[in-house]
Amino acid sequence: MELTQKNMSTSAVGIAGAPNLRFWNTTNGKKAIMAVTGVILAGFLVGHLLGNLQIFLGRDAFNRYAENLHNLPALVWGTRVVLLLAVGLHIWSTVQLADRKSSARPVAYQKYTPQTSTYASRTMYMSGPIVAAFIVYHLMHFTFGTGGTEYHYYDPYGNVVAGFKVLPIALAYVVAMGLLSMHLRHGLWSFFQSLGLNHPAYTPKLKGAAAVIAVLIFLGFASIPVAVLLGAVKQDIF
Amino acid sequence: MKLDSRIPGGPIETAWDRCRFENKLVNPANKRKYEVIVVGSGLAGGSAAATLGELGYNVKCFCFQDSPRRAHSIAAQGGINAAKNYQNDGDSIYRLFYDTVKGGDFRAREYNVYRLAQNSVNIIDQAVAQGVPFAREYGGTLANRSFGGAQVSRTFYARGQTGQQLLLGAYQGLERQIDAGRVTMFPRTEMLDLVVIDGKARGIITRNLVTGAIETHVADAVILGTGGYGNVYYLSTNAKGSNCTAIWRAYKRGAAFGNPCFTQIHPTCIPVSGDYQSKLTLMSESLRNDGRIWVPLKQGDKRSPSQIPENERDYYLERRYPSFGNLVPRDVASRNAKAVCDEGRGVGETALGVYLDFGASIQRLGEDKIRERYGNLFEMYQRITDENPYKVPMRIYPAIHYTMGGLWVDYQLQSTIPGLFVIGEANFSDHGANRLGASALMQGLSDGYFIVPYTLGNYLAGTQLDKVSDSAPEFQAALSGVQDRTKQFLNINGSRTVDSFHRELGKIMWDECGMARTAQGLESAISRIQSLREEFWQNVKVLGKNEEINQSLEKAGRVADFFELGELMCRDALTRNESCGGHFREEYQTPDGEAMRDDDNFSHASAWEYQGDNVTPVLHKEQLEFHYVHPSQRSYK
Amino acid sequence: MRLTFHIWRQPNTGAPGKMERYESANMNPDMSMLEALDVLNEELMGKGTEPVVFEHDCREGICGSCGFMINGVAHGPQSKTTVCQLTLRHFKDGEELYLEPWRANSFPVLKDLMVDRSAFDRIIAAGGYVSVPAGSPQDANALLIPKTEADRAMDAAACIGCGACVAACPNASASLFTGAKISHLGLLPQGQPERNERALRMVRQMNGEGFGQCGNIGECEAVCPKGITLENIARMNADFLKASVCERPKSGAAEDAA
Repeated sequence: MELTQKNMSTSAVGIAGAPNLRFWNTTNGKKAIMAVTGVILAGFLVGHLLGNLQIFLGRDAFNRYAENLHNLPALVWGTRVVLLLAVGLHIWSTVQLADRKSSARPVAYQKYTPQTSTYASRTMYMSGPIVAAFIVYHLMHFTFGTGGTEYHYYDPYGNVVAGFKVLPIALAYVVAMGLLSMHLRHGLWSFFQSLGLNHPAYTPKLKGAAAVIAVLIFLGFASIPVAVLLGAVKQDIF
Repeated sequence: MKLDSRIPGGPIETAWDRCRFENKLVNPANKRKYEVIVVGSGLAGGSAAATLGELGYNVKCFCFQDSPRRAHSIAAQGGINAAKNYQNDGDSIYRLFYDTVKGGDFRAREYNVYRLAQNSVNIIDQAVAQGVPFAREYGGTLANRSFGGAQVSRTFYARGQTGQQLLLGAYQGLERQIDAGRVTMFPRTEMLDLVVIDGKARGIITRNLVTGAIETHVADAVILGTGGYGNVYYLSTNAKGSNCTAIWRAYKRGAAFGNPCFTQIHPTCIPVSGDYQSKLTLMSESLRNDGRIWVPLKQGDKRSPSQIPENERDYYLERRYPSFGNLVPRDVASRNAKAVCDEGRGVGETALGVYLDFGASIQRLGEDKIRERYGNLFEMYQRITDENPYKVPMRIYPAIHYTMGGLWVDYQLQSTIPGLFVIGEANFSDHGANRLGASALMQGLSDGYFIVPYTLGNYLAGTQLDKVSDSAPEFQAALSGVQDRTKQFLNINGSRTVDSFHRELGKIMWDECGMARTAQGLESAISRIQSLREEFWQNVKVLGKNEEINQSLEKAGRVADFFELGELMCRDALTRNESCGGHFREEYQTPDGEAMRDDDNFSHASAWEYQGDNVTPVLHKEQLEFHYVHPSQRSYK
Repeated sequence: MRLTFHIWRQPNTGAPGKMERYESANMNPDMSMLEALDVLNEELMGKGTEPVVFEHDCREGICGSCGFMINGVAHGPQSKTTVCQLTLRHFKDGEELYLEPWRANSFPVLKDLMVDRSAFDRIIAAGGYVSVPAGSPQDANALLIPKTEADRAMDAAACIGCGACVAACPNASASLFTGAKISHLGLLPQGQPERNERALRMVRQMNGEGFGQCGNIGECEAVCPKGITLENIARMNADFLKASVCERPKSGAAEDAA
């Protein structure tokens, strides 16, 4: 009798038997958190990019933009707090979901052949942490001035040019932006799916739009180190 | 043994009402004191277990599959009949009743069939309420189609997956009761014997297919909804696991077996392609609405179909049955296909096949229209045969599909063992000698949702049931019997696999007890089956042990029972000296080759009583009376 | 036709398993993959080797019993086809095939290629139904359902519960299966009274069974033999989100009802 009970497919489950999980404790809830925090971070990226592109307007314009920002501490700190929270929650959910992922399939396949998924979508667990590591360096580089290149608090323009004149650093930025772009390509449309929005007419368009936005963000960000390397943005117009 | 059909008598329209009123009821507070075993979780078993759980009984439900959702009812494609008359085309309960009795070639019990037709309307209501996504019209009402040559549109369907959707409805209800704790489910568990104490069914012996544990289950009543036995032919459209073991064990414990030789052969299946073939794939009968069936006029004509000109083709159904043409009933279509192949005019590599040609319809309606109607069937055909049926005619051949025979039951669906109820395809009722298309789902659900819940209560309320435990000598004897038999299979250690025996048995059955039967062939089949069975018990090879998943061991038990059942089928076919429905005896045909019924001598249901191993069973006859539908010769000319 | 098989052999759930190599020259392009295994098993038994255990029943692609990985793809290379209807025409003479069971913590291997999918039954038992006792319904046509709605419900209801979605998902998520049932009933008027409760209970049960998260990558959709789409997962997410936000503390009345 014992043995039978163990092999019974469906004993009574009941609401008491079904784990009474709170929304946040389900994988679905964590994905919703990732979606919301992810879209906040993506929104910041757009603003950040628009700000950065002012570098092409010249040293004065760019430095004035930076100065204006610093004169709005409420905006800057507000943004920083929201971003920190979003990043924290995004990473916290990721860590928990990564743990769930590995426990859900403890034995790997000897052969596994993906059928449809994009490289970007399968590598979110790699692109994410690499981008996070990049962000730490990026903050050291341009916010704290501890990135190993010349840094003057009053001259962000100069800092950028000095930073990107170093080929390995510029290349690292471009690569990081590539990974970020891949992460966005899957993350942006995933936002809708994870929050329950999918429609046969619009979802394919959303996926396309996500890819376009991801590429534009890559091109925008990557244009700056490339421009510095090619000498299009340089120190001596000063 | 005395057969008492317990038909209520009186006007047929109110017979079931009267029966329900006269049946005793179990006090609601007492229901949970009763243990009920349901074996099988298909449309019949699943719906019965769910309904009995809902009523408050303590139910244990068993299935050999890994989940109750996989029972073979799931494979039914075409649809389910119901006398709703939603199409306003003249249907009624009486017409469905009439069609079913006539379609069954007057070998079914009128009162049972009438009740089936009555219940049909409730089934649709129930299924829709459960969320079964039947096809609908744009206005939101339910859609119907005409099926199997019926002259009214009374078939409800859910794409080509009607059985699946109805089963999922029953399964969901069952899972709800499991969740509520009223039904305990035992999947991957096979019933290997029935325990009868003081003449009443009181429990079963099972084998856990994962651990091999052989166990006892005590109950106040046992319900078998274990399906048909078409796999006795090895090749059939049945699922590979479908078997006769539960009903055969019950037969050997004293339940009479009704009409074992009544099997149905479905005319539109994909032909066999080689010796390795493990099962046959059915394609919906609806294909015959637009496909034309033909073979070459000349014997052994090996030209490709496109090279055979119109005047060298024989559209034999249209030629022989001008009024019904390609839409003749299943038995007639099947027999004619066999006849032309026997003449050496069959097509395909094996010459066991006929063309089902959509060329004319594609010309008339356009490929798009045909794709819209049959697209998924064409895809399936192409997936299996690698031929494109839009370009090349399909090849089809008949295959075993359904068994009308089964354990004999009375009007209350109780077998000749009190407390043993048999429902769905496992019993012999309702379809007579031939089942109409889209009626199998109807019967399974009628029995499970709307009949056995009432009749079981009547039995329990009206029967003195002493407390029994599995230490009773009957339980212990059955338990050790099963254990011994299992050991025996593992100890024979012969040289032939179970499948090779099963194939050989299937071949004998198909050749001699298939679409056409003769006394001589049946006699030879009986002796060949007996000697094959003897060889099986000497020479079968079952590797492994009992205490593990052992699929060969499972098959060995099932095939051992198929041998015995196959022999009984031949015996039944041999004693029925007439042709009716799916049973065609070559000796009994009209001059133009049609089935010739003998109502004077064979207007009865056969009920066979087991007498012991290697002893000829005794035949009892339940005389059938026709007060409403008067037997006539079926004619489709 | 000759094929080389590398097949996962594991005697029971607790025991270790490994890939074994078998060869057969008796293959035929018209055979189904399961018939190929039948032939291989007959050959193995001839040599006294225990046959490979695999689950199967209807062999016409509807019961959902069969399924395993073929060269890293759930149900093998042909789309919308279960292994029972997959013919060897899709492989080359002499090809090497790697057959592995579905792998997921929630689908323990029982033996060889057979796994325990009872977690699916428990997810359905948690709420994948409409509570309607036999005998109580109104006339079927009293409820009008637009054809388009009924068709979409049918699209979702076509799920055969084979588990390929879990097997193909890098996270072993059961979202496609659960989403399909939540969608099937959620799209129909009959399913509305219990819609919130159903989403809560089924999603919680799915989580409790230990399946992984949905990464929205679509591998499940690609291997699904019945073409169930990711839209169903989104519908589950939406229903679960809404039901979670609207969930009220259990009152005395609710406990009575339960």
